[in-house]
Amino acid sequence: MNNIVIVDYGSGNLRSVQRSFERAGFVSTITPDPNVVAEASHLVVPGVGAFSDCMGNLEKLDMLDPIRAFIQAEKPYLGICLGLQILFTEGTEFGSRPGLGILPGQVIRFPKNELKVPHMGWNQVQIEKEIPHLKGIPDHSYFYFVHSYYGNPSERDCIATTTEYGTRFPSAVSQGRLFACQFHPEKSQQMGRQLLENFARL
Amino acid sequence: MLAKRIIPCLDVKGGRVVKGVGFVNLKDAGDPVEVAKIYEAQGADELCFLDITASSDEREILLDIVRHTADEVSMPVTVGGGVRTVDDVQMLLSAGADKVAINTAAVTRPEFVREASRQFGSSTIVVAIDAKRSVDQANHWEVYTHGGRNATGLDAIDWAAKMEDFGAGEILLTSMDQDGKTTGYDLELTRAVCERVHIPVIASGGVGTLEHLYEGVTSGKADAVLAASIFHYQTYSIHEAKNYLAERGVTVRL
Repeated sequence: MNNIVIVDYGSGNLRSVQRSFERAGFVSTITPDPNVVAEASHLVVPGVGAFSDCMGNLEKLDMLDPIRAFIQAEKPYLGICLGLQILFTEGTEFGSRPGLGILPGQVIRFPKNELKVPHMGWNQVQIEKEIPHLKGIPDHSYFYFVHSYYGNPSERDCIATTTEYGTRFPSAVSQGRLFACQFHPEKSQQMGRQLLENFARL
Repeated sequence: MLAKRIIPCLDVKGGRVVKGVGFVNLKDAGDPVEVAKIYEAQGADELCFLDITASSDEREILLDIVRHTADEVSMPVTVGGGVRTVDDVQMLLSAGADKVAINTAAVTRPEFVREASRQFGSSTIVVAIDAKRSVDQANHWEVYTHGGRNATGLDAIDWAAKMEDFGAGEILLTSMDQDGKTTGYDLELTRAVCERVHIPVIASGGVGTLEHLYEGVTSGKADAVLAASIFHYQTYSIHEAKNYLAERGVTVRL
């Protein structure tokens, strides 16, 4: 039996993630409790806001170790936006701050003055790796993005999808059953729903 | 490539869509949630609710609409109208809004924009600017507040730049001269603001034809175009609008 758990660390719109799972036919639990996280079969870390606030809030809730343990047990993890960024070694928003260090690399900002930042709206996702998470999603499908920073892995083999915005940046990463995307499946209509369904079926 | 966004806007008063919505095949054309679902089915990229009553006793009704809409659609929703405090922002975001538009309160106290964007992230804070062309000075537009009733003396282009500095993640720019006229956006105003700021700009006010949308994103340089009546009255569907733009080489999500 699936036990999809969505981590609540005070970062906005979790209900829309839960509701998207519902529409795909899956029940999920929203919780700030690290013990509930430890019991999860599938873990979702969503998030909008700043990297350092996110890490700080997860730390306050004693959530960092359970998340790390969940990922190390190779169970299905889904990171959305900040839930992707915190996987990296280091964030640079409002000063340098260490992340979970699951993936080597830095979280960096789109160059100022050359592009409109935040990168906001629907952009295409180019599939770099055939993985179960992306089953049924055509190459170059549109997903909804809203972010100023992105994760830049030092080892390229974790890159699952890329997207063009001034530069071609990694828009999703994967490693085994871990998957994390910079875009928002919960705001991306049918393609987003497909992705969440794929995840729930892992 | 990042697609240009098409955003239908619903004016809401006392929990109902006003300015008239002419949908056939819709049980209740005044119900914002029903209208939101139709727009999603047509391929809208985002949705915008403007609460034009914005009296505090009706706030709960609006929150309820936002909750139901967020439950029913899977696209970003911006809500504006009467947002004055960090608590207002918090309540709307908790109800399921993705972005909150601040207008009058930004002029009254610019620090509010800084506080809100720091607390909730720049990408959730939209500053709405109502601008009116100066009669005696070329290429000058003045910012108005309180639904266009009060002149502020502020230059709209400078104001947009200042709001970017204060942490706004997006500008919703409405030409008061063009609003309701169906003769097209104020393209000079739109272009001037788009060239000045480094955050996305939504053009608003004046759309009557699909060509106006095209002009908004090409000569106006807007990142997104907002329209109300052409979609409400089914003059065009959002799908038709996107096809029109795509045929003319504009990147849209089809």
